[in-house]
Amino acid sequence: MSEFLQQLINGLSLGAIYALIALGYTMVYGVLRFINFAHSDVFMVGAFIGYYVGRHLPEGTVWGGLIAMAAAMAGCAVLGIGIERLVYRPLRSGPTLNVLITAIGMSLFLEYSGQLVFGATPRAFPSIFPAKLIEVHGLIVSMNQVIVIVVAAVLMVALEFAVFKTKIGTAMRAVALNPKAAQLVGINIDVVISFTFGLGSALAGAGGVLYALNYPSIDPLMGLVPGLKAFVAAVLGGVGNIPGAALGALILGMVETFVDGSRWSTYKDAIAFATLIGILLFRPAGLLGRFTAEKV
Amino acid sequence: MLEVSELFVSYGAISALRGISLKVDHGSIVTLIGGNGAGKTTTLRTISGLLRPRSGTVTFLGENITQLPAHKIVARGIGHVPEGRMVFSNLTVNENLAMGAYLCKDKASIARDRDYVFGIFPRLRERLKQSAGTLSGGEQQMLAIGRALMGEPKLLMLDEPSLGIAPRLISTIFEKIVEINRDRKISILLVEQNANLALEISSHAYVLETGSLSMDGASADLRMNPQLKAAYLGGYKQPK
Ligand SMILES: Nc1ncnc2c1ncn2[C@@H]1O[C@H](COP(=O)(O)OP(=O)(O)O)[C@@H](O)[C@H]1O
Ligand SMILES: [Mg+2]
Repeated sequence: MSEFLQQLINGLSLGAIYALIALGYTMVYGVLRFINFAHSDVFMVGAFIGYYVGRHLPEGTVWGGLIAMAAAMAGCAVLGIGIERLVYRPLRSGPTLNVLITAIGMSLFLEYSGQLVFGATPRAFPSIFPAKLIEVHGLIVSMNQVIVIVVAAVLMVALEFAVFKTKIGTAMRAVALNPKAAQLVGINIDVVISFTFGLGSALAGAGGVLYALNYPSIDPLMGLVPGLKAFVAAVLGGVGNIPGAALGALILGMVETFVDGSRWSTYKDAIAFATLIGILLFRPAGLLGRFTAEKV
Repeated sequence: MLEVSELFVSYGAISALRGISLKVDHGSIVTLIGGNGAGKTTTLRTISGLLRPRSGTVTFLGENITQLPAHKIVARGIGHVPEGRMVFSNLTVNENLAMGAYLCKDKASIARDRDYVFGIFPRLRERLKQSAGTLSGGEQQMLAIGRALMGEPKLLMLDEPSLGIAPRLISTIFEKIVEINRDRKISILLVEQNANLALEISSHAYVLETGSLSMDGASADLRMNPQLKAAYLGGYKQPK
Protein backbone atom coordinates (compact mmCIF):
# COMPACT_ATOMS: atom_id res chain seq x y z
CA MET A 1 0.00 0.00 0.00
CA SER A 2 2.69 2.48 0.98
CA GLU A 3 4.62 1.49 -2.11
CA PHE A 4 1.55 2.27 -4.14
CA LEU A 5 1.24 5.71 -2.54
CA GLN A 6 4.93 6.29 -3.08
CA GLN A 7 4.56 5.55 -6.76
CA LEU A 8 1.45 7.69 -6.93
CA ILE A 9 3.46 10.66 -5.68
CA ASN A 10 6.31 9.91 -8.07
CA GLY A 11 3.84 9.68 -10.94
CA LEU A 12 2.15 12.87 -9.87
CA SER A 13 5.38 14.86 -9.81
CA LEU A 14 6.53 13.49 -13.16
CA GLY A 15 3.10 14.18 -14.64
CA ALA A 16 3.12 17.70 -13.21
CA ILE A 17 6.35 18.47 -15.04
CA TYR A 18 5.01 17.03 -18.29
CA ALA A 19 1.93 19.18 -17.77
CA LEU A 20 3.95 22.38 -17.46
CA ILE A 21 5.58 21.64 -20.82
CA ALA A 22 2.44 20.28 -22.49
CA LEU A 23 0.47 23.45 -21.71
CA GLY A 24 2.82 25.50 -23.89
CA TYR A 25 2.45 23.11 -26.82
CA THR A 26 -1.29 23.10 -26.56
CA MET A 27 -1.75 26.86 -26.12
CA VAL A 28 0.42 27.69 -29.11
CA TYR A 29 -1.37 25.06 -31.16
CA GLY A 30 -4.67 26.60 -30.06
CA VAL A 31 -3.91 30.04 -31.46
CA LEU A 32 -1.62 29.20 -34.38
CA ARG A 33 -2.47 25.60 -35.33
CA PHE A 34 1.13 24.53 -35.41
CA ILE A 35 3.45 22.53 -33.16
CA ASN A 36 6.29 24.59 -31.78
CA PHE A 37 9.05 22.00 -31.84
CA ALA A 38 11.48 24.42 -30.22
CA HIS A 39 9.35 24.40 -27.08
CA SER A 40 11.25 21.51 -25.51
CA ASP A 41 14.49 23.46 -25.93
CA VAL A 42 13.00 26.48 -24.20
CA PHE A 43 12.44 24.03 -21.34
CA MET A 44 16.15 23.14 -21.49
CA VAL A 45 17.16 26.82 -21.46
CA GLY A 46 14.96 27.25 -18.38
CA ALA A 47 16.96 24.56 -16.58
CA PHE A 48 20.23 26.30 -17.51
CA ILE A 49 18.98 29.69 -16.36
CA GLY A 50 18.01 28.03 -13.07
CA TYR A 51 21.50 26.51 -12.94
CA TYR A 52 23.40 29.76 -13.45
CA VAL A 53 21.17 31.84 -11.19
CA GLY A 54 21.02 29.08 -8.58
CA ARG A 55 24.80 28.88 -8.34
CA HIS A 56 24.94 32.51 -7.24
CA LEU A 57 22.38 32.03 -4.51
CA PRO A 58 22.77 30.28 -1.18
CA GLU A 59 21.83 26.62 -1.62
CA GLY A 60 18.97 24.95 0.13
CA THR A 61 16.68 27.88 0.79
CA VAL A 62 13.10 28.22 -0.34
CA TRP A 63 13.49 31.85 -1.38
CA GLY A 64 16.68 31.10 -3.32
CA GLY A 65 14.92 28.31 -5.17
CA LEU A 66 11.97 30.53 -5.94
CA ILE A 67 14.25 33.28 -7.28
CA ALA A 68 16.04 30.80 -9.55
CA MET A 69 12.67 29.58 -10.77
CA ALA A 70 11.33 33.11 -11.34
CA ALA A 71 14.47 33.95 -13.30
CA ALA A 72 14.03 30.86 -15.47
CA MET A 73 10.38 31.73 -16.10
CA ALA A 74 11.16 35.34 -17.02
CA GLY A 75 14.11 34.38 -19.21
CA CYS A 76 12.11 31.72 -21.04
CA ALA A 77 9.16 34.08 -21.55
CA VAL A 78 11.51 36.56 -23.24
CA LEU A 79 13.09 33.77 -25.29
CA GLY A 80 9.71 32.37 -26.39
CA ILE A 81 8.34 35.79 -27.33
CA GLY A 82 11.58 36.56 -29.17
CA ILE A 83 11.50 33.33 -31.19
CA GLU A 84 7.93 33.98 -32.27
CA ARG A 85 8.57 37.61 -33.07
CA LEU A 86 11.78 37.11 -35.04
CA VAL A 87 11.40 33.66 -36.57
CA TYR A 88 7.78 32.48 -36.79
CA ARG A 89 5.93 35.76 -37.36
CA PRO A 90 7.55 36.62 -40.70
CA LEU A 91 6.40 33.21 -41.98
CA ARG A 92 2.90 33.33 -40.58
CA SER A 93 1.13 34.29 -43.78
CA GLY A 94 2.72 31.38 -45.64
CA PRO A 95 1.81 27.67 -45.48
CA THR A 96 1.84 26.09 -41.99
CA LEU A 97 4.36 23.52 -43.19
CA ASN A 98 6.98 26.24 -43.59
CA VAL A 99 6.60 27.33 -39.98
CA LEU A 100 6.65 23.71 -38.85
CA ILE A 101 9.94 23.03 -40.58
CA THR A 102 11.34 26.29 -39.26
CA ALA A 103 10.34 25.22 -35.76
CA ILE A 104 12.37 22.03 -36.17
CA GLY A 105 15.27 24.18 -37.36
CA MET A 106 14.85 26.46 -34.37
CA SER A 107 14.90 23.43 -32.08
CA LEU A 108 18.19 22.21 -33.56
CA PHE A 109 19.57 25.73 -33.41
CA LEU A 110 18.87 25.97 -29.68
CA GLU A 111 20.29 22.51 -29.01
CA TYR A 112 23.55 23.14 -30.83
CA SER A 113 23.85 26.68 -29.51
CA GLY A 114 23.39 25.14 -26.09
CA GLN A 115 26.26 22.74 -26.72
CA LEU A 116 28.40 25.63 -27.88
CA VAL A 117 27.56 27.93 -25.00
CA PHE A 118 27.01 25.51 -22.11
CA GLY A 119 29.11 22.60 -23.33
CA ALA A 120 27.84 19.11 -24.11
CA THR A 121 28.83 17.45 -20.84
CA PRO A 122 26.04 17.02 -18.33
CA ARG A 123 26.28 19.22 -15.26
CA ALA A 124 25.10 18.62 -11.75
CA PHE A 125 22.18 20.86 -10.91
CA PRO A 126 22.63 22.72 -7.60
CA SER A 127 20.20 21.81 -4.84
CA ILE A 128 18.54 25.18 -4.85
CA PHE A 129 15.69 24.09 -2.59
CA PRO A 130 16.09 22.55 0.89
CA ALA A 131 16.91 18.86 0.35
CA LYS A 132 14.94 17.26 3.15
CA LEU A 133 13.19 13.94 3.28
CA ILE A 134 9.78 14.00 4.85
CA GLU A 135 8.36 10.86 6.38
CA VAL A 136 4.65 10.46 6.90
CA HIS A 137 3.40 7.07 8.11
CA GLY A 138 6.28 5.21 6.52
CA LEU A 139 5.88 7.16 3.31
CA ILE A 140 9.07 8.92 2.29
CA VAL A 141 8.70 12.01 0.18
CA SER A 142 11.55 14.27 -0.79
CA MET A 143 11.14 17.98 -0.33
CA ASN A 144 11.86 18.37 -4.04
CA GLN A 145 8.87 16.24 -4.93
CA VAL A 146 6.64 18.30 -2.67
CA ILE A 147 7.99 21.45 -4.29
CA VAL A 148 7.39 20.09 -7.79
CA ILE A 149 3.79 19.22 -7.00
CA VAL A 150 3.01 22.41 -5.09
CA VAL A 151 4.66 24.74 -7.59
CA ALA A 152 3.07 22.99 -10.57
CA ALA A 153 -0.34 23.13 -8.90
CA VAL A 154 0.03 26.83 -8.10
CA LEU A 155 1.15 27.60 -11.65
CA MET A 156 -1.72 25.66 -13.17
CA VAL A 157 -4.26 27.46 -11.00
CA ALA A 158 -2.65 30.76 -11.99
CA LEU A 159 -2.85 29.75 -15.64
CA GLU A 160 -6.47 28.76 -15.27
CA PHE A 161 -7.14 32.22 -13.85
CA ALA A 162 -5.16 33.96 -16.60
CA VAL A 163 -6.90 32.08 -19.38
CA PHE A 164 -10.46 31.98 -18.09
CA LYS A 165 -10.82 35.09 -15.95
CA THR A 166 -8.76 37.86 -17.52
CA LYS A 167 -9.50 39.94 -20.59
CA ILE A 168 -6.32 38.95 -22.43
CA GLY A 169 -6.99 35.29 -21.59
CA THR A 170 -10.50 35.53 -22.98
CA ALA A 171 -9.02 37.20 -26.06
CA MET A 172 -6.64 34.26 -26.39
CA ARG A 173 -9.55 31.83 -26.38
CA ALA A 174 -11.36 34.04 -28.88
CA VAL A 175 -8.36 34.02 -31.23
CA ALA A 176 -8.11 30.24 -30.89
CA LEU A 177 -11.77 29.87 -31.86
CA ASN A 178 -11.89 32.34 -34.71
CA PRO A 179 -9.01 34.67 -35.54
CA LYS A 180 -11.05 36.66 -38.07
CA ALA A 181 -13.87 37.39 -35.67
CA ALA A 182 -11.29 38.23 -33.01
CA GLN A 183 -9.79 40.88 -35.25
CA LEU A 184 -13.25 42.25 -35.94
CA VAL A 185 -13.77 43.06 -32.26
CA GLY A 186 -10.46 44.92 -32.20
CA ILE A 187 -8.14 42.24 -30.83
CA ASN A 188 -4.58 42.66 -32.01
CA ILE A 189 -3.67 39.08 -32.86
CA ASP A 190 0.06 39.77 -32.61
CA VAL A 191 -0.29 40.84 -28.99
CA VAL A 192 -2.31 37.73 -28.14
CA ILE A 193 0.22 35.47 -29.84
CA SER A 194 3.11 37.09 -27.96
CA PHE A 195 1.16 36.66 -24.74
CA THR A 196 0.58 32.98 -25.55
CA PHE A 197 4.24 32.32 -26.28
CA GLY A 198 5.29 34.20 -23.16
CA LEU A 199 2.90 32.29 -20.94
CA GLY A 200 3.72 28.88 -22.41
CA SER A 201 7.46 29.48 -22.34
CA ALA A 202 7.40 30.70 -18.73
CA LEU A 203 5.67 27.47 -17.72
CA ALA A 204 8.25 25.45 -19.65
CA GLY A 205 11.00 27.40 -17.86
CA ALA A 206 9.53 26.51 -14.49
CA GLY A 207 9.20 22.92 -15.72
CA GLY A 208 12.89 22.91 -16.68
CA VAL A 209 13.97 23.89 -13.17
CA LEU A 210 11.59 21.43 -11.51
CA TYR A 211 12.73 18.62 -13.78
CA ALA A 212 16.37 19.39 -13.01
CA LEU A 213 15.63 19.21 -9.27
CA ASN A 214 14.56 15.59 -9.50
CA TYR A 215 16.86 14.42 -12.28
CA PRO A 216 19.79 16.43 -11.17
CA SER A 217 21.97 16.63 -14.20
CA ILE A 218 21.31 18.90 -17.12
CA ASP A 219 22.63 19.09 -20.67
CA PRO A 220 21.63 20.84 -23.89
CA LEU A 221 19.73 17.83 -25.21
CA MET A 222 17.79 17.22 -22.00
CA GLY A 223 14.59 18.66 -23.52
CA LEU A 224 14.22 15.96 -26.17
CA VAL A 225 12.62 13.15 -24.20
CA PRO A 226 10.44 15.11 -21.76
CA GLY A 227 9.49 17.39 -24.66
CA LEU A 228 8.33 14.43 -26.71
CA LYS A 229 6.41 13.00 -23.76
CA ALA A 230 4.77 16.36 -23.09
CA PHE A 231 3.82 16.62 -26.73
CA VAL A 232 2.27 13.18 -26.50
CA ALA A 233 0.44 14.31 -23.37
CA ALA A 234 -0.95 17.32 -25.24
CA VAL A 235 -2.22 15.08 -28.03
CA LEU A 236 -3.59 12.64 -25.50
CA GLY A 237 -5.64 15.37 -23.83
CA GLY A 238 -6.79 16.82 -27.13
CA VAL A 239 -4.32 19.26 -28.64
CA GLY A 240 -5.46 22.84 -28.19
CA ASN A 241 -7.36 21.94 -25.03
CA ILE A 242 -5.79 23.34 -21.85
CA PRO A 243 -7.33 21.12 -19.15
CA GLY A 244 -6.80 18.23 -21.58
CA ALA A 245 -3.05 18.81 -21.68
CA ALA A 246 -2.85 18.74 -17.88
CA LEU A 247 -4.94 15.58 -17.71
CA GLY A 248 -2.98 13.87 -20.48
CA ALA A 249 0.28 14.73 -18.73
CA LEU A 250 -0.86 13.33 -15.40
CA ILE A 251 -2.01 10.09 -17.04
CA LEU A 252 1.25 9.75 -18.90
CA GLY A 253 3.33 10.45 -15.78
CA MET A 254 1.36 7.85 -13.82
CA VAL A 255 1.53 5.17 -16.50
CA GLU A 256 5.23 5.71 -16.96
CA THR A 257 5.97 5.61 -13.21
CA PHE A 258 3.91 2.52 -12.51
CA VAL A 259 5.33 0.61 -15.47
CA ASP A 260 8.80 1.71 -14.42
CA GLY A 261 8.23 0.21 -10.99
CA SER A 262 7.03 -3.10 -12.42
CA ARG A 263 8.93 -5.89 -14.13
CA TRP A 264 8.13 -4.44 -17.53
CA SER A 265 10.17 -1.34 -16.76
CA THR A 266 12.28 -1.74 -19.89
CA TYR A 267 9.15 -1.11 -21.92
CA LYS A 268 7.98 1.98 -20.03
CA ASP A 269 8.19 4.30 -23.04
CA ALA A 270 6.68 1.71 -25.36
CA ILE A 271 3.77 1.24 -22.98
CA ALA A 272 3.35 5.00 -22.56
CA PHE A 273 3.07 5.37 -26.32
CA ALA A 274 0.82 2.33 -26.63
CA THR A 275 -1.50 4.08 -24.17
CA LEU A 276 -1.52 7.07 -26.48
CA ILE A 277 -2.33 4.99 -29.53
CA GLY A 278 -4.99 3.09 -27.60
CA ILE A 279 -6.73 6.26 -26.45
CA LEU A 280 -6.52 7.89 -29.87
CA LEU A 281 -8.08 4.83 -31.47
CA PHE A 282 -11.18 5.32 -29.36
CA ARG A 283 -11.07 9.10 -29.09
CA PRO A 284 -9.32 10.44 -32.18
CA ALA A 285 -9.55 14.03 -30.96
CA GLY A 286 -8.00 13.19 -27.59
CA LEU A 287 -9.57 12.79 -24.17
CA LEU A 288 -11.11 16.25 -23.85
CA GLY A 289 -10.65 17.42 -27.41
CA ARG A 290 -13.35 17.52 -29.97
CA PHE A 291 -13.34 18.43 -33.58
CA THR A 292 -15.31 21.62 -33.22
CA ALA A 293 -17.54 22.49 -36.10
CA GLU A 294 -18.94 25.98 -36.36
CA LYS A 295 -22.69 25.98 -36.20
CA VAL A 296 -24.02 27.44 -39.43
CA MET B 1 -18.64 58.95 -44.10
CA LEU B 2 -17.41 55.84 -45.91
CA GLU B 3 -16.09 56.08 -49.41
CA VAL B 4 -14.78 53.12 -51.35
CA SER B 5 -13.19 53.87 -54.67
CA GLU B 6 -12.04 51.64 -57.50
CA LEU B 7 -11.45 48.58 -55.33
CA PHE B 8 -9.74 45.61 -56.97
CA VAL B 9 -9.39 42.48 -54.85
CA SER B 10 -8.22 39.01 -55.80
CA TYR B 11 -7.71 35.65 -54.15
CA GLY B 12 -4.45 34.48 -55.65
CA ALA B 13 -5.07 34.42 -59.38
CA ILE B 14 -8.86 34.70 -59.07
CA SER B 15 -10.06 38.26 -59.18
CA ALA B 16 -13.12 38.78 -56.99
CA LEU B 17 -13.69 42.54 -57.22
CA ARG B 18 -13.06 44.56 -60.34
CA GLY B 19 -13.31 48.24 -59.53
CA ILE B 20 -15.99 48.71 -56.91
CA SER B 21 -16.89 52.25 -55.81
CA LEU B 22 -19.53 53.04 -53.26
CA LYS B 23 -20.48 55.57 -50.63
CA VAL B 24 -22.30 55.53 -47.31
CA ASP B 25 -23.51 58.89 -45.99
CA HIS B 26 -23.82 59.83 -42.33
CA GLY B 27 -26.85 58.26 -40.70
CA SER B 28 -28.04 56.40 -43.78
CA ILE B 29 -28.82 52.77 -44.50
CA VAL B 30 -27.19 51.61 -47.70
CA THR B 31 -27.52 48.12 -49.10
CA LEU B 32 -25.32 46.07 -51.34
CA ILE B 33 -27.23 43.29 -53.05
CA GLY B 34 -26.17 40.59 -55.42
CA GLY B 35 -26.27 36.85 -55.98
CA ASN B 36 -24.09 34.18 -54.51
CA GLY B 37 -20.42 34.71 -55.31
CA ALA B 38 -20.91 38.27 -56.57
CA GLY B 39 -18.27 39.61 -54.18
CA LYS B 40 -20.36 41.11 -51.37
CA THR B 41 -18.46 39.43 -48.55
CA THR B 42 -15.16 40.27 -50.20
CA THR B 43 -16.18 43.93 -50.29
CA LEU B 44 -16.96 44.02 -46.57
CA ARG B 45 -13.83 42.11 -45.62
CA THR B 46 -11.70 44.53 -47.59
CA ILE B 47 -13.31 47.52 -45.90
CA SER B 48 -12.71 46.05 -42.46
CA GLY B 49 -9.10 45.17 -43.22
CA LEU B 50 -9.32 41.38 -43.25
CA LEU B 51 -8.34 41.46 -46.91
CA ARG B 52 -5.93 43.77 -48.70
CA PRO B 53 -6.99 45.19 -52.06
CA ARG B 54 -4.65 45.05 -55.03
CA SER B 55 -5.59 48.62 -55.72
CA GLY B 56 -8.19 51.18 -54.75
CA THR B 57 -8.84 53.05 -51.55
CA VAL B 58 -11.15 52.97 -48.57
CA THR B 59 -11.72 56.32 -46.89
CA PHE B 60 -13.52 56.60 -43.57
CA LEU B 61 -14.29 59.96 -41.95
CA GLY B 62 -11.77 61.59 -44.23
CA GLU B 63 -8.96 59.18 -43.37
CA ASN B 64 -7.44 56.71 -45.79
CA ILE B 65 -7.77 53.39 -43.93
CA THR B 66 -6.91 51.06 -46.82
CA GLN B 67 -3.68 49.77 -45.30
CA LEU B 68 -4.68 49.74 -41.63
CA PRO B 69 -4.80 46.39 -39.82
CA ALA B 70 -8.30 45.15 -38.96
CA HIS B 71 -8.10 45.87 -35.23
CA LYS B 72 -7.26 49.51 -35.91
CA ILE B 73 -10.14 49.87 -38.34
CA VAL B 74 -12.48 48.67 -35.59
CA ALA B 75 -10.98 51.33 -33.35
CA ARG B 76 -11.82 53.99 -35.98
CA GLY B 77 -15.51 53.07 -35.65
CA ILE B 78 -16.36 50.42 -38.23
CA GLY B 79 -18.25 47.44 -36.83
CA HIS B 80 -18.57 44.30 -38.94
CA VAL B 81 -21.10 41.53 -38.33
CA PRO B 82 -19.54 38.83 -40.47
CA GLU B 83 -21.21 36.32 -42.74
CA GLY B 84 -22.13 33.19 -40.79
CA ARG B 85 -22.14 35.27 -37.57
CA MET B 86 -18.83 33.94 -36.27
CA VAL B 87 -19.76 34.17 -32.60
CA PHE B 88 -17.11 32.70 -30.29
CA SER B 89 -18.87 29.38 -29.85
CA ASN B 90 -17.06 28.12 -26.73
CA LEU B 91 -17.34 31.46 -24.96
CA THR B 92 -20.43 32.45 -23.03
CA VAL B 93 -22.82 35.10 -24.30
CA ASN B 94 -21.45 37.34 -21.57
CA GLU B 95 -17.85 36.78 -22.69
CA ASN B 96 -18.79 37.36 -26.32
CA LEU B 97 -20.23 40.75 -25.40
CA ALA B 98 -17.19 41.54 -23.26
CA MET B 99 -14.97 40.77 -26.25
CA GLY B 100 -17.11 43.11 -28.33
CA ALA B 101 -16.07 45.87 -25.94
CA TYR B 102 -12.42 44.81 -26.14
CA LEU B 103 -11.19 48.28 -27.06
CA CYS B 104 -13.45 50.10 -24.63
CA LYS B 105 -11.79 51.05 -21.34
CA ASP B 106 -14.64 52.91 -19.68
CA LYS B 107 -16.65 50.59 -17.42
CA ALA B 108 -19.66 52.92 -17.24
CA SER B 109 -20.01 53.15 -20.99
CA ILE B 110 -19.61 49.37 -21.35
CA ALA B 111 -22.47 48.94 -18.87
CA ARG B 112 -24.59 51.40 -20.84
CA ASP B 113 -23.90 49.59 -24.11
CA ARG B 114 -24.82 46.27 -22.53
CA ASP B 115 -28.11 47.70 -21.35
CA TYR B 116 -28.78 48.99 -24.82
CA VAL B 117 -28.03 45.59 -26.36
CA PHE B 118 -30.28 43.83 -23.83
CA GLY B 119 -32.94 46.44 -24.58
CA ILE B 120 -33.07 45.48 -28.25
CA PHE B 121 -32.34 41.78 -27.78
CA PRO B 122 -33.82 40.80 -24.37
CA ARG B 123 -33.14 37.14 -25.14
CA LEU B 124 -29.42 37.67 -24.80
CA ARG B 125 -29.87 38.63 -21.17
CA GLU B 126 -31.64 35.34 -20.51
CA ARG B 127 -28.82 33.41 -22.16
CA LEU B 128 -25.95 35.27 -20.50
CA LYS B 129 -24.18 32.26 -18.98
CA GLN B 130 -24.81 29.94 -21.92
CA SER B 131 -22.02 29.23 -24.37
CA ALA B 132 -22.70 30.92 -27.68
CA GLY B 133 -22.51 27.67 -29.64
CA THR B 134 -25.70 26.43 -27.95
CA LEU B 135 -27.81 29.35 -29.21
CA SER B 136 -30.17 29.06 -32.16
CA GLY B 137 -29.16 30.65 -35.45
CA GLY B 138 -31.33 33.69 -34.82
CA GLU B 139 -29.98 34.16 -31.32
CA GLN B 140 -26.44 33.88 -32.62
CA GLN B 141 -27.21 36.60 -35.12
CA MET B 142 -28.52 38.80 -32.30
CA LEU B 143 -25.35 38.08 -30.36
CA ALA B 144 -23.16 38.90 -33.35
CA ILE B 145 -24.97 42.23 -33.78
CA GLY B 146 -24.83 42.88 -30.03
CA ARG B 147 -21.14 42.11 -29.97
CA ALA B 148 -20.51 44.59 -32.77
CA LEU B 149 -22.59 47.24 -30.99
CA MET B 150 -20.46 46.83 -27.86
CA GLY B 151 -17.60 48.30 -29.89
CA GLU B 152 -19.58 51.57 -30.30
CA PRO B 153 -19.34 51.67 -34.08
CA LYS B 154 -20.18 54.74 -36.13
CA LEU B 155 -20.75 52.53 -39.15
CA LEU B 156 -22.14 49.02 -38.84
CA MET B 157 -21.66 46.57 -41.70
CA LEU B 158 -23.86 43.48 -41.74
CA ASP B 159 -23.18 40.51 -44.00
CA GLU B 160 -26.37 38.64 -44.83
CA PRO B 161 -28.00 38.81 -41.39
CA SER B 162 -30.99 36.86 -42.73
CA LEU B 163 -28.92 33.85 -43.78
CA GLY B 164 -29.93 30.59 -42.12
CA ILE B 165 -32.42 32.17 -39.74
CA ALA B 166 -36.00 31.22 -38.99
CA PRO B 167 -38.24 33.41 -41.22
CA ARG B 168 -40.11 34.62 -38.14
CA LEU B 169 -36.90 36.11 -36.78
CA ILE B 170 -35.76 37.73 -40.01
CA SER B 171 -38.27 40.55 -39.75
CA THR B 172 -37.31 41.10 -36.09
CA ILE B 173 -33.66 41.40 -37.01
CA PHE B 174 -34.46 43.88 -39.79
CA GLU B 175 -36.64 45.96 -37.47
CA LYS B 176 -33.78 46.09 -35.01
CA ILE B 177 -31.38 47.22 -37.72
CA VAL B 178 -33.71 50.13 -38.50
CA GLU B 179 -34.02 50.87 -34.79
CA ILE B 180 -30.25 50.89 -34.26
CA ASN B 181 -29.84 53.27 -37.17
CA ARG B 182 -32.57 55.59 -35.90
CA ASP B 183 -31.78 55.61 -32.17
CA ARG B 184 -28.01 55.47 -32.17
CA LYS B 185 -27.38 57.39 -35.39
CA ILE B 186 -25.25 54.49 -36.59
CA SER B 187 -24.86 54.36 -40.35
CA ILE B 188 -25.53 50.96 -41.86
CA LEU B 189 -24.03 49.10 -44.80
CA LEU B 190 -26.21 46.05 -45.30
CA VAL B 191 -25.22 43.17 -47.56
CA GLU B 192 -28.09 40.92 -48.63
CA GLN B 193 -29.23 38.34 -51.10
CA ASN B 194 -32.68 38.96 -49.74
CA ALA B 195 -33.14 42.01 -51.97
CA ASN B 196 -36.77 42.77 -51.20
CA LEU B 197 -36.26 43.27 -47.52
CA ALA B 198 -32.97 45.12 -47.95
CA LEU B 199 -34.49 47.58 -50.43
CA GLU B 200 -37.37 48.18 -48.07
CA ILE B 201 -35.28 49.47 -45.19
CA SER B 202 -32.49 51.19 -47.12
CA SER B 203 -32.33 54.56 -48.79
CA HIS B 204 -29.70 53.73 -51.39
CA ALA B 205 -28.70 50.47 -53.03
CA TYR B 206 -25.87 49.06 -55.07
CA VAL B 207 -26.21 45.92 -57.17
CA LEU B 208 -23.14 43.75 -57.48
CA GLU B 209 -22.67 41.21 -60.26
CA THR B 210 -19.58 39.01 -60.45
CA GLY B 211 -17.16 41.54 -59.12
CA SER B 212 -18.50 44.77 -60.52
CA LEU B 213 -21.44 47.07 -59.90
CA SER B 214 -24.21 46.72 -62.43
CA MET B 215 -26.63 49.25 -61.01
CA ASP B 216 -27.10 51.73 -58.23
CA GLY B 217 -29.73 54.20 -57.15
CA ALA B 218 -32.39 55.10 -54.63
CA SER B 219 -33.80 51.92 -53.12
CA ALA B 220 -37.36 52.99 -53.83
CA ASP B 221 -36.53 53.29 -57.53
CA LEU B 222 -34.69 50.00 -57.69
CA ARG B 223 -37.67 48.20 -56.22
CA MET B 224 -39.63 49.23 -59.28
CA ASN B 225 -36.84 48.38 -61.70
CA PRO B 226 -38.02 45.64 -64.07
CA GLN B 227 -34.54 44.20 -64.66
CA LEU B 228 -33.85 43.91 -60.96
CA LYS B 229 -37.29 42.48 -60.30
CA ALA B 230 -36.61 39.69 -62.73
CA ALA B 231 -33.16 38.95 -61.34
CA TYR B 232 -33.53 39.27 -57.57
CA LEU B 233 -37.02 40.12 -56.49
CA GLY B 234 -38.88 37.46 -58.43
CA GLY B 235 -39.46 34.24 -56.59
CA TYR B 236 -38.86 35.65 -53.16
CA LYS B 237 -41.68 35.32 -50.67
CA GLN B 238 -41.78 38.06 -48.10
CA PRO B 239 -41.97 36.86 -44.49
CA LYS B 240 -44.89 38.06 -42.41
N1 LIG C 1 -11.09 32.45 -49.62
C1 LIG C 1 -11.33 32.46 -50.93
N2 LIG C 1 -10.44 31.91 -51.80
C2 LIG C 1 -10.65 31.92 -53.12
N3 LIG C 1 -11.74 32.45 -53.70
C3 LIG C 1 -12.66 33.01 -52.91
C4 LIG C 1 -12.51 33.04 -51.48
N4 LIG C 1 -13.58 33.67 -50.95
C5 LIG C 1 -14.37 34.00 -51.99
N5 LIG C 1 -13.83 33.62 -53.17
C6 LIG C 1 -14.39 33.83 -54.50
O1 LIG C 1 -14.59 35.22 -54.68
C7 LIG C 1 -15.83 35.48 -55.29
C8 LIG C 1 -16.66 36.39 -54.41
O2 LIG C 1 -16.99 35.72 -53.21
P1 LIG C 1 -17.80 36.41 -52.03
O3 LIG C 1 -17.21 37.74 -51.77
O4 LIG C 1 -17.82 35.46 -50.91
O5 LIG C 1 -19.23 36.56 -52.66
P2 LIG C 1 -20.64 36.80 -51.97
O6 LIG C 1 -20.42 37.22 -50.56
O7 LIG C 1 -21.28 37.86 -52.79
O8 LIG C 1 -21.40 35.51 -52.06
C9 LIG C 1 -16.49 34.12 -55.54
O9 LIG C 1 -16.23 33.77 -56.87
C10 LIG C 1 -15.77 33.20 -54.61
O10 LIG C 1 -15.70 31.90 -55.16
MG1 LIG D 1 -21.09 36.33 -48.88
